[in-house]
Amino acid sequence: MKNEEIILSEREKILGRIREALKVSAPLPGSHSEVAAHATTESPASHAREWLPSVGASGAEQFDLFAKNCADLKADFQLLNNREELPAALQKIAAAEKWSRIASHDGELSNFASVSLGLPVLLTDKGYDVQEMEKCDAGISECDALIAQTGGVVVTNRSAGGRALSVLPPHHIVLARREQLVADLPAAFALLQQKYADNYPSMISFITGPSRTGDIERILVLGAHGPKKLTILCF
Amino acid sequence: MSFVSQFKSLASEKTRDLRHRSVIRTALRSYEVVRDKRKAAFQSWESARQAAAETKWEAINHLDEHLVALTAKLEARGTKVHWASNGAQAREIISQILRDKKARSIIKSKAMTSEEIHLNHALEKEGYTVVESDLGEFIVQLRHEAPYHIVFPSMHLTRGEIKDLFQKELGDAPSDSPEDLTMVARRVMRQKYLTADVGFTGGNFAIAETGMISITENEGNARLTAALPKTMITLMGIEKVLPRFADLALFLPMLATAGAGQPMTCYNTMYSGPRQPGECDGPEEWHVVLLDNRRTELLANAEQRDSLHCIRCGACLNVCPIFRNVGGHTYGTTYSGPVGAVITPHLRGLQDWKHLSNASTLCGGCTEACPVKIDLHHHLLQNRRNASTSEPAFFEKLAYQTFAIVANEPAFWSLAKKIGWLTQPLQSLVKGTALDPAKAWTKTRELPPQPLESFKDWWKNRK
Repeated sequence: MKNEEIILSEREKILGRIREALKVSAPLPGSHSEVAAHATTESPASHAREWLPSVGASGAEQFDLFAKNCADLKADFQLLNNREELPAALQKIAAAEKWSRIASHDGELSNFASVSLGLPVLLTDKGYDVQEMEKCDAGISECDALIAQTGGVVVTNRSAGGRALSVLPPHHIVLARREQLVADLPAAFALLQQKYADNYPSMISFITGPSRTGDIERILVLGAHGPKKLTILCF
Repeated sequence: MSFVSQFKSLASEKTRDLRHRSVIRTALRSYEVVRDKRKAAFQSWESARQAAAETKWEAINHLDEHLVALTAKLEARGTKVHWASNGAQAREIISQILRDKKARSIIKSKAMTSEEIHLNHALEKEGYTVVESDLGEFIVQLRHEAPYHIVFPSMHLTRGEIKDLFQKELGDAPSDSPEDLTMVARRVMRQKYLTADVGFTGGNFAIAETGMISITENEGNARLTAALPKTMITLMGIEKVLPRFADLALFLPMLATAGAGQPMTCYNTMYSGPRQPGECDGPEEWHVVLLDNRRTELLANAEQRDSLHCIRCGACLNVCPIFRNVGGHTYGTTYSGPVGAVITPHLRGLQDWKHLSNASTLCGGCTEACPVKIDLHHHLLQNRRNASTSEPAFFEKLAYQTFAIVANEPAFWSLAKKIGWLTQPLQSLVKGTALDPAKAWTKTRELPPQPLESFKDWWKNRK
């Protein structure tokens, strides 16, 4: 009880100091005359689309941009003609990397993919042993969106089998449908808002390329702690 | 040693250190090139900066409302929010959580706020095992050092030094290739993620609208830290709020571009709670500790309030000629470079830290590099003004008063000229020694000889 009182009072003290400090107003940044007017009505960031890197108008241009960004990020992007090509594409990777077990989650696409491999599968949905996941050669997951502008993948713990599946195994395979490609970051945020509204998954992650570090002489190394490889299979 | 003499002595040592200079040059060589390339990819980087500055202005100037909204949303989904006015309170809150959970081991992802409150030291003294998981932080932790740079903690070390360090501390260093060394750290860390009792993180942005904390990282260590241990603790400054979820669409690419010349950092992850019903993993408990630690004092200074807009990208450090020459450790502060020079006097005392605002060329490179348009170099000037107003240096005051008398009276001025000309040969005898009153200046500089005839005399006597 006493502890609770202290916590409450600390909160009130900090908020009190903030309110006291804000009695004096600070100058607005920059010299835009319309700043004050639109700062109160809409977000200054709401026009972000006009300033962020351009993405091209057509779907084809955006797929090209996504592919180019993936190449820059050293992520493997494969655009397949249809769903039926998915098993062959996966089997090719599995054979090349000699997978013996995989981790995945329950989902229409992920079930189809993991069944087609015929390997032991660790499913995360009903809880799992992390030591077992650590032994898996790849994590196969669905996603919420692909972003042309950045070459990124949006996953949530609801759409992609939890928090660890997309980051613990050494190879993360993302399964996506063509219509999941969005043009830019504002579109990705709008999609998340529309899809999850007031019940957001407790983790939303924008994954842009495989895990990396430059902490030693600023030289790029892939697979610092997360996956060394990121493959995006899209049909 | 006082903070200022420590700064002076380290700065003069580092500026002469050719090895240090070449390491820093290597580390920052490509930064400006890749950053400018990424900036140029924006349709309008300048408009984006203006919008980012306005968004942060809105966030900071309504900080109380945003914090109330943020914490209500967080608590509604089972997150425990704690408020700490200072470092001691934050450390005690964290210790209490660890005691309650009977924790022994903590895996940490990068958090400058934890450096600010010297958390690792305090926890290790209490017997906890604390492991930094970010590669750069792990390296400086093994060396018992503070991070050299807020974004690149180990940029002052060569691969050879890191190899020797790993060999000595871990007994494992197959070669000095960055790839091999990174894989050593990866192997060491893997089991730690799986077995740590508590995962500890910082936060880059807090979204008031949705009650989320967004963490930016490249390595995946924060993702793992927030996924595997049963308890998660996040320590974050109160100034990190953004009003809306969609604001991240602007801030995430800007942070990556300004900070490291990346289009996006590899993982940008928004957390809105501990493991929720129906979710298959994640921490059972999430504690968010909001830290004031004199940020509200900075907030009360309307003139410099915008320094709370800082998103800790490190851009101002990277371009700063002082940082590049004296290096990160010389500052002796958690936040170094221009932004550190601006905020440290507010966070830790003006008279103790005013010297950082003098260590500046006022070139304005920092202000230009800042993605949220903090007026950094003017704030350095304001710190100088405030320092001299609050406690003017006696001799400086006396010197300027004397100069004003002499310069305002032609008879005194011409007498001073004569004395100057006559005593000039004596100056060369004491130049740069302890007897020289202008030692700090003349030690490394030549005083030009004073001519016998001044311009005024020449003009008067010309034919």
